Amino acid sequence: MSERRTRVGPLAALPTDSPALDVDALLDDPSIGILVCCGSGGVGKTTTSAALALRAAERGRKVVVLTIDPARRLAQAMGVEKLDNTPRPVPEVAGEGSLDAMMLDMKRTFDEVVTSQATPEKARQILENPFYVALSSSFAGTQEYMAMEKLGQIHRQAEADGSYDLVVVDTPPSRSALDFLDAPERLSSFLDGRFIRLLTAPARGPARLMSAGLGVVTGALTKILGAQVLRDMQVFVAAFDTLFGGFRARAEKTFALLQDDRTAFLVVAAPEEDALREAAYFVERLEEDEMPLAGLVVNRASPPTSTTLSTEEATAAADRLRRSGRRSVTAGLLRLHADRLAMAARERHLVARFAAAHPAVPAVVVRALPTDVHDLEGLRRIGDLLAGEGEGC
Amino acid sequence: MSPSKDWSGVDLHVVTGKGGTGKSTVAAALALALASSGRRVLLCEVEGRQGIARMFDVDPLPYAETRVARGLPDAGGGAGTVHALHVDPESALLEYLSMYYKLGRAGKALDRFGVIEFATTIAPGVRDVLLTGKVYEAVQRNSRSKGATTYDAVVLDAPPTGRITQFLNVNGELAGLARVGPVKNQADTVMTLFRSSRTVVHLVTLLEEMPVQETADGIAELEAADLPVGAVVVNLVRSRDLDDEALDAAARGALDTEEIADDLVRAGVLGETGGTGDREDLDALVEELVEEGREHAERRDLEEAQRALVADLGRPTYELPLLAAGVDLGGLYELAACLKEQGLGR
Ligand SMILES: Nc1ncnc2c1ncn2[C@@H]1O[C@H](COP(=O)(O)OP(=O)(O)O)[C@@H](O)[C@H]1O
Ligand SMILES: Nc1ncnc2c1ncn2[C@@H]1O[C@H](COP(=O)(O)OP(=O)(O)O)[C@@H](O)[C@H]1O
Ligand SMILES: [Mg+2]
Ligand SMILES: [Mg+2]
Repeated sequence: MSERRTRVGPLAALPTDSPALDVDALLDDPSIGILVCCGSGGVGKTTTSAALALRAAERGRKVVVLTIDPARRLAQAMGVEKLDNTPRPVPEVAGEGSLDAMMLDMKRTFDEVVTSQATPEKARQILENPFYVALSSSFAGTQEYMAMEKLGQIHRQAEADGSYDLVVVDTPPSRSALDFLDAPERLSSFLDGRFIRLLTAPARGPARLMSAGLGVVTGALTKILGAQVLRDMQVFVAAFDTLFGGFRARAEKTFALLQDDRTAFLVVAAPEEDALREAAYFVERLEEDEMPLAGLVVNRASPPTSTTLSTEEATAAADRLRRSGRRSVTAGLLRLHADRLAMAARERHLVARFAAAHPAVPAVVVRALPTDVHDLEGLRRIGDLLAGEGEGC
Repeated sequence: MSPSKDWSGVDLHVVTGKGGTGKSTVAAALALALASSGRRVLLCEVEGRQGIARMFDVDPLPYAETRVARGLPDAGGGAGTVHALHVDPESALLEYLSMYYKLGRAGKALDRFGVIEFATTIAPGVRDVLLTGKVYEAVQRNSRSKGATTYDAVVLDAPPTGRITQFLNVNGELAGLARVGPVKNQADTVMTLFRSSRTVVHLVTLLEEMPVQETADGIAELEAADLPVGAVVVNLVRSRDLDDEALDAAARGALDTEEIADDLVRAGVLGETGGTGDREDLDALVEELVEEGREHAERRDLEEAQRALVADLGRPTYELPLLAAGVDLGGLYELAACLKEQGLGR
């Protein structure tokens, strides 16, 4: 294939290949207790985390996978159709290890944190407040925050009773992979926000100096939103106030857990510009936050090819056959082949660009299967591909 | 309430879809398709990604309408223009406030007290009222407002299917909150437009299980909220290079390898000299083509099953091909032409 011909000249020295990611070594490493799969929406985080969890279990580890939004049939196959926030054994896992799976119920996790921290009376007040309802169901970042919260809970439980030695975490379908790391910060900075602080304590400390200004502001808000809104907000903030500290402390603990050496992050990306750009941001951010990156998974790539035809040659040959007027399947096959070569060339270019900018990040390329992944067999196949086995990867 | 088949009379095309299915790409192609024969079209994005700027290869968009491209020419060569607007909630809030209130001191104080951040991140629904309010303003604008640019159509690259009903149903979202006041009034006016036949919501999907399921759920939610559902746009459709008979043979592993080898030699793909090396290359190529054919057949089979489910949705459906070389600006025009040919974006 022409795109692969060795280069000469100044560009030849550029690294275009990342070091290989050794997935089995990662899964077998007993010092790794948490594996987090991040990436932008739709790239295959849920599939990858489930495949890794299954593979680790079948290699003998005691695994729990915290999944967020599996496709319906995959959820069925894993026995996590019900959103009950409790890990359940996945049926038909081979070998000595074990695999439990659970699907995250974001609102319920949030509610449980509230009820565990507040008196029943106060908890009820909070749970019914429209601001809490909005915060717990649609605030950007709540799902990420709750995924972390649940991870913290499961991890603590596992440490205490030895139920699991590996927790695999899928992350929410957010636009950006960074949301997962930013969420706790965003939530606590919201809860700590100047405005909320002022509402809770308008007469204390330096706030008093500003309370004249505050009057103007609340006046304007009342005019725009109506007085009810401010009242609801004040009730919410007052009820929630005592919980703030607890929330922040929990978020900080989980954050520290993510920085721990026993944690490994895998960044999942599709071989597309946007997804790889997000992956690059994420990799850089992990470095800044001193979080342990295990590598990059490029998922749903066009299948590799071993023949030497180029896109142009395949297209030209297909045209020649068409023109010759014979009804032939071969022309169609050549066109398909040309498309695949074109896609593969484009993808290779994008992945090489990532590698050039991040030469130290180990990577593995997982080909797109012809159909989606909806059962354990499919997960095993993805597991093989992740480990660099099978089908020419 | 359903709009006429050629979507005439529609002023606002809302494009949603599961993330990654090609929502932004389809919205951009639709804007190009609509912008023919001198028509002026506004393409709006509300999710802060600067995706429009990247697709049209222009500098990041400010909070101001910017001309980004010439539309797709009609048969007589007449094109229109596509303008773009990147709506962010902070700017929309400040604009909103300055439009309706003489804020003076309070305006500055709002920012100092963190109210802007508060209102645009958490206050339920306020963010969406601001974003949709800005789009509403562009749709409603008419030639009477002096000096203002008016548009023949507005295309909105909207939030994904999972959030679209909540996003458009600003009224419902605010219901638990702002029960009176100007924001509530604004929400009411916006809803009147969204519920009218001047608006349609198109859903982008792939022929795969998850996106098709999400599209079905999305349509049900939109209908329950009384929002006008438009077309289903099926994106990334695989080529039809093999006919049914060939597909069937490919799936069964019954393709005639001898014939394929002969064809390849005839087409001059590999030397016909018959050296053993050549023969091995030829066999390897045949094997790969046959395997590719088998996988393609498997994929097409899946697509066929999903296509039937899409047909059951009972919506006008348009299909866009997967462009193997990726979508550059030229690709956008290609997709625009495809939409137009099928009747979306006349
Ligand atoms: N390597 C692959 N080959 C084929 N289909 C895949 C592959 N990886 C993921 N998929 C499919 O892509 C869809 C989205 O994957 P998912 O893991 O749910 O993505 P995410 O969690 O990142 O949103 C699913 O239908 C899944 O079966
Ligand atoms: N018809 C198509 N052929 C090839 N690539 C496409 C097509 N439609 C979209 N894409 C690519 O798929 C990716 C996701 O598309 P995008 O429009 O950004 O999706 P969304 O806005 O739904 O997240 C982009 O890289 C885009 O170029
Ligand atoms: Mg997922
Ligand atoms: Mg988009």
